Amino acid sequence: MSVVDVLVVGAGPAGLAAGIEVAKRGGRVCVVDRNLEPGGQLVKQIHKFFGSREHHAGVRGVDIAAQLLEEARALGVTLRLGWEVFAIQPGHAVDIVQAVADDATGSAGDAPTERFDARSVVLAAGAEENALQFEGWTLAGVMGAGAAQTLINVWRVRPGKRVLMVGAGNVGLIVTYQLLQAGVTVAAIIEAAPRIGGYGVHAAKIRRAGVPILTSHTILRAEGVECVEGAVVAQVDGTWCPIEGTERRFDVDVICVAVGLHPNTRLASLAGCRLVFSPALGGWVPLHNAFLETTVPGIYVAGDAAGIEEASTALEEGRLAGIAAYERLRDVDAEGHAEIAAIQRRLDDLRGGPFCGGIRAAKSALQTTGETPCPAT
Amino acid sequence: MPGNLSQDGYLSLDELRSAPGVPSHDRMRRGPVAVIECVQEIPCNPCEAACPHHAIRVGTPITNCPVLDPEKCTGCGLCVTQCPGLAIFVVDLSRSGETAAVTLPYEYLPLPEAGELVDVVDRSGEVVGRGRVLRAATTRATDRTAAVTVEVAREHGMNVRGIRREEVDGNGHDR
Repeated sequence: MSVVDVLVVGAGPAGLAAGIEVAKRGGRVCVVDRNLEPGGQLVKQIHKFFGSREHHAGVRGVDIAAQLLEEARALGVTLRLGWEVFAIQPGHAVDIVQAVADDATGSAGDAPTERFDARSVVLAAGAEENALQFEGWTLAGVMGAGAAQTLINVWRVRPGKRVLMVGAGNVGLIVTYQLLQAGVTVAAIIEAAPRIGGYGVHAAKIRRAGVPILTSHTILRAEGVECVEGAVVAQVDGTWCPIEGTERRFDVDVICVAVGLHPNTRLASLAGCRLVFSPALGGWVPLHNAFLETTVPGIYVAGDAAGIEEASTALEEGRLAGIAAYERLRDVDAEGHAEIAAIQRRLDDLRGGPFCGGIRAAKSALQTTGETPCPAT
Repeated sequence: MPGNLSQDGYLSLDELRSAPGVPSHDRMRRGPVAVIECVQEIPCNPCEAACPHHAIRVGTPITNCPVLDPEKCTGCGLCVTQCPGLAIFVVDLSRSGETAAVTLPYEYLPLPEAGELVDVVDRSGEVVGRGRVLRAATTRATDRTAAVTVEVAREHGMNVRGIRREEVDGNGHDR
């Protein structure tokens, strides 16, 4: 059994940032991720990020991942890659299992396990894509936009020749642009809402590249025998019902679904953290206070696992959770409080503007329930 | 070209006229100048630091839209490749003859070469004519975003926002 001050689950922006903050303060920290490559979703974000300089604005996500990793390694953060957490016992004993063998020859049955004795735990296991059910949705060729993005940007494999993108939020718009860059044709983006949900600048990039965006449209069915050969869409009325006579068929071999994400709450649930439902944060989310501590003392959440947001907010939340998770062990000093307050201010700034209004309110609503063990001071 | 950012995905000429980052037609006639097509309050400010002439201001809060000072702007185009939203262009209506030069951010490979003739498209992706590539530049600092300058018919200086080439698919062309 290994003893650490903080065990972090997930080596994306939130998890790496948490690990970095603990290590900076001299804490023993291990970051566990089931993927062999650290960086979480950053490794497939080939576009330049928005934000301010302290949030790596203008840097491509994949390069931010490399910078974080370098910093983490230089500070002595231990990384366990290809390992997965399968249990969190009372008192923060955390059991992990090797999910991906180093040489890819091992079988699941004899996968080695190991136990960590952690004084605090940060859950930063990110998000999962929402699914959308329609006739033919199990055909090969229907996939999450995230899967298509992994194929093109990580594995350099085109998912097909012609894509219909379902959803005009930022994920749908960005993945469409990256499909175009990879040489894939995108026939159209459809969006059930009457307006484009993502940023206008992302929409403008793909519009001038010739991709139509059909708002107030939904998918009726995927056509094909063994794999997708076409998609039929229709316009919807004000009550989201398809309007008869507006059906339209697209000749496509891939249907990408980009209809939102929800926080990955499995481990939080396993550990007994109380979950609350918050539409603005993407669904069920572990209840947490301003220090990102859940209802189970010593277990923290950060990043998309604490509510769906951006990589920049995930980084800040990771930093905050790392400091709080480590400092709780020896009472937060004035310096720690000042750093936490500075991060909270930056998070507040990032959550300003018309695109983030719901998130700021939803986050503060969590903190007024008064059920958390460690009220913000 | 009608257009409405939240419905059609691109800015209408009306929306552009009221944008704080868009200079006057007169200013464009005096020489190259940045046209910042960024009108939504999103948390982003690299353009501000990109400008060596302090012609772009975002300030605080970071969700402010960028404001261009058209008198300070020299049209150098450094901001074009630094905007993560690829929303800044340089338009020059001061050229002799019936042409305008438009500099646009470009992230498709292979890059066009100087002298190449290309289709030029408006904000909706419609081909509005042909243009000649004057320059396609990347440096280490532009981090794989090229600034492509294309010579177009003068009346399209404020319309052309992209180029389309047959050999580079992904722009709606089937391979």
